[in-house]
Amino acid sequence: MGTNLLFIPGNNPSMIQNAGILGADTVIFDLEDAVAGDQKDAARMLIKNALESMEYEGCETSVRINAMDTPHWESDIRTVAKAGIDGLVIPKAERGEDIKAISEILDSIPEAEGIYLIPLVESALGVENVYEIAASSKRIRGIFFGAEDYTADIGAVRTKGGEEIFWARGRIVNGAVAAGVEAIDTPFTDVEDIEGLRKDTFFAKALGFDGKASISPRHCGFIREIFYPQDEEIRYAIRVMDTVKEAEKSGKGVASMDGKMIDKPIVLRAMKVLRAAGIKEDFRYE
Amino acid sequence: MEKRNAKAGSLESSDLLVVIDEKKPGEELEIVMHSIVEKQYGDRIVEIAYEIAALKGMDNVRILIQDRGALDYAIRARIETAIERFKKEV
Repeated sequence: MGTNLLFIPGNNPSMIQNAGILGADTVIFDLEDAVAGDQKDAARMLIKNALESMEYEGCETSVRINAMDTPHWESDIRTVAKAGIDGLVIPKAERGEDIKAISEILDSIPEAEGIYLIPLVESALGVENVYEIAASSKRIRGIFFGAEDYTADIGAVRTKGGEEIFWARGRIVNGAVAAGVEAIDTPFTDVEDIEGLRKDTFFAKALGFDGKASISPRHCGFIREIFYPQDEEIRYAIRVMDTVKEAEKSGKGVASMDGKMIDKPIVLRAMKVLRAAGIKEDFRYE
Repeated sequence: MEKRNAKAGSLESSDLLVVIDEKKPGEELEIVMHSIVEKQYGDRIVEIAYEIAALKGMDNVRILIQDRGALDYAIRARIETAIERFKKEV
């Protein structure tokens, strides 16, 4: 999934065929808001054919399906799940039982074995239920916060400063972490305002988000740069994991490094750094 | 009785517009293609259209393709969508 997720309009061949070279860790082919109501069938067919024939090397592919209160969502899943997708973004996620229902559909499709889910939480009810949603399926890789719909739902004015979403952002991170999944921040929608994007991304990282979505390829590099850990952080994280593994091997109950005990929060932080750096780490802290 | 027809796609760059019209009873499948890359890829586009039409059991129709430099996956997707829409027409 990585640190930067880029939306690609689902009915635009020009963008779909170039999606793999735009610098995103994960591309999200959008069947929902970016596609007009009478073009859903065309977009679904286009994405299916693209996934079956194009090579998207260096990035993961996902699809934002239509919401469960539309007639399209099940056809979306059944079509793209067989076409070789990595993940599905589920819009307007409000209840764990809905995510479970989608998980069960995927379980019934042999080709969908490894597909992960990213519920998009973008309503007052969704934010209230974020932990329940995040813990509802083993397929969930992360929770994605959608601030535009959320602020419309609560009747707040969306601002660049983001004061109106401060509480919701914290709750999203908290719910995701409590369920052991990642938290992905809302896109910064002013494509031209790079300084605003940088401020917003630094703030999201400080709040605990693992990555951020974007609606413009121009934003991918900035998001990656900000979320990518410093060399010093990576070296420290590797030392932490090596020390813990060594302590485990030699039967020591407690690991220590530089005269300090390595406790669970330090290990979890190290794992997060390595994940952000794209370093595979199969260690599981018990 | 009104003749059935359906279309899919657009005239944007890297896309194509596919229009399917029902023909008179007894008339054969006809494929008409215009492309900005006709000299190099025209035969290939027509070949794909015939292949999908045969697969979907389409005869007695005229398939008009206006291509704007689409790749194979988009050509297939738009033709398949137009055919599905045509079949839904009553």
